[in-house]
Amino acid sequence: MADVVFDQASRIYTAGAKPAVDRLDLTVSDGEFVVLVGPSGSGKSTALRMLAGLEEIDGGSIRIDGENMVGVSSKDRDIAMVFQNYALYPNKTVGENMAFPLKMAGVEKSARAEKVREAAAILGLTDYLDRKPRALSGGQRQRVAMGRAIVREPRVFLMDEPLSNLDAKMRVSTRTEIAALQRRLGVTTVYVTHDQVEAMTMGDRVALLADGKLQQFATPADLYDRPANAFVAGFIGSPAMNLFTVPLTERGVRLAGHELALPRDVRATLGTHQITEVTLGIRPEQWTVTDSGTEGIPARVDVVEELGSDAFLYGTLAESTGDLSDDSAVLTGSGQDAVVVRTGGRSGTRRGDRIALTPSVEGLHLFHPESGERL
Amino acid sequence: MTAATASGTTTSPNAAAPVPRRTGRGSGALLTVLAWIVGIGFFFPVLWMVLTAFKTEADAYTDPPTLFFAPTLDNFVEVFAGGVGPYLLNSLFATVVSTLLVLLLGTPAAFALSLRPVKKTQDVLFFFISTKMLPVVAAIVPIYVVVNYMGALDNIWTLIVLYTAMNLPIAVWMMRSFFLEVPRELLEAASMDGASLGRSLREVVLPIVSPGMAATALICMIFSWNEFFFAVNLTASRAATVPVYLVGFITSEGLYFASLCAAATVAALPVVIAGWIAQNKLVQGLSFGAVK
Repeated sequence: MADVVFDQASRIYTAGAKPAVDRLDLTVSDGEFVVLVGPSGSGKSTALRMLAGLEEIDGGSIRIDGENMVGVSSKDRDIAMVFQNYALYPNKTVGENMAFPLKMAGVEKSARAEKVREAAAILGLTDYLDRKPRALSGGQRQRVAMGRAIVREPRVFLMDEPLSNLDAKMRVSTRTEIAALQRRLGVTTVYVTHDQVEAMTMGDRVALLADGKLQQFATPADLYDRPANAFVAGFIGSPAMNLFTVPLTERGVRLAGHELALPRDVRATLGTHQITEVTLGIRPEQWTVTDSGTEGIPARVDVVEELGSDAFLYGTLAESTGDLSDDSAVLTGSGQDAVVVRTGGRSGTRRGDRIALTPSVEGLHLFHPESGERL
Repeated sequence: MTAATASGTTTSPNAAAPVPRRTGRGSGALLTVLAWIVGIGFFFPVLWMVLTAFKTEADAYTDPPTLFFAPTLDNFVEVFAGGVGPYLLNSLFATVVSTLLVLLLGTPAAFALSLRPVKKTQDVLFFFISTKMLPVVAAIVPIYVVVNYMGALDNIWTLIVLYTAMNLPIAVWMMRSFFLEVPRELLEAASMDGASLGRSLREVVLPIVSPGMAATALICMIFSWNEFFFAVNLTASRAATVPVYLVGFITSEGLYFASLCAAATVAALPVVIAGWIAQNKLVQGLSFGAVK
């Protein structure tokens, strides 16, 4: 049980180059499950490895329970880690793998066996204790790696993309298992993933990193509902939020030739920024789809992804003066007018259909056109 | 070489495929014949040595050589009666002790060189291998002078030190390549699990590279066992090894061919047996990393 504090922690691989982790500030409370998420190269794994003691801390500090970890070797940090490829000891049996950290800690042999049995029971590995890792399936190996982490009841669990080597189905079931196990054990956990679904479903709080910098650290709901900047808005959510750069008008903004009215207080806020354009974000589910010709922004459906429970329409918005008859136009491109809309399943909409789209005013996110900051 | 080239051009229509695994029937047979010729070429002298060892001296010298003869163990009796024992013991002692020393000294060196490449890693590795570039014959005079000055001529420990030094570079190079194959995460995991570097090496890394260690040990043993030049120059009677004993059969009265062959068979036997025992590990070790 411990809290973890990143205090302006930096990792600089080569002097003068851009830091891999840039003055990261992060406080993980005791017992909390925090997910570090971000695209590849965002520094999330590096940050985790700094906490683990596998990477140097070049600036700032990392504290566990108030104790500065700079210069403390990883073996003395009392942290357990689950690696992406599990890093099981191939010559040891499952039982020996799980007992290894206890052996290193000088735990009595009988006590070791007892703890390994307990952990194996929790993880459903009791029948496999005498097997070698190579005789296990991917999911079982993953559980052995978890077992090796939990047997010695460390202060902090670290997990570095522990699900990425599992197939899609296993990933979903293991995801819930890990989250449940963490709640049950109540051990402070830092979990790294590039998968935003894992981030949103597992973490008490999620820290989103990009380019070594913390973008936002908030609960999953906050991250989704109130993204701190356009990057967060675009990263969290699948399919991603629609982002348009649109001109400001008297009453609001103009999207594809249609004026969207904004509340008075929002307009007042925008007025203080001296901008003529704004980045407008609308989540796929914040659109109302109506028949072509009715009120709304006309659009053409280019692709329909029918998922059963719901469907995603990938389309192109039409300028009021625009012409959608040209089918060679961008299909699902990320062009300025491309739009993704979520509708209920079996909506009956087909490729090539003309529809009208109306965004809900509450669902509008506004970001600074240059800095990307939320307005 | 010609056979291989020919097979490349005359085989299947897939010749342009990236890895033409299957060769045509004709070139396959050709390669088989070639392999047999090479194999027999290597094996025949050994077979001849073993056969001759069971012949009488008279039979050994017949021309054309006899293939069918009354086998005799007289030569072996003579070899053992003639006192190969102490030589065998010297060889065994020098081989085993020097190999153990090589492993003891080489393992930490190779591990350190595999851990984290620093600027000087390549230089150090080159230095190791550069010691093998000077022919031994070029160094024997200074070595002799030094050994003589230390009063260590005809001393088995002199050979042990020299054999250790001789095998260490090869062993470090070999073992380093095995250590490099061990996934980094395993060391990191061991460190997270609370193991010091030394314990990680003992408990995690060494069990994984044990086939490689076995291969390294065997190669060191073969080199030490067969070493002749140092032994013949630096030993006389007390510390002489089996290769020195073999030369004893070339006398001023002539060459005792059958006896020499019997002695050579006896000398070769330990290495063959060691190789046989280590066979599985050896193949695993030498192909370490080829198949992950």
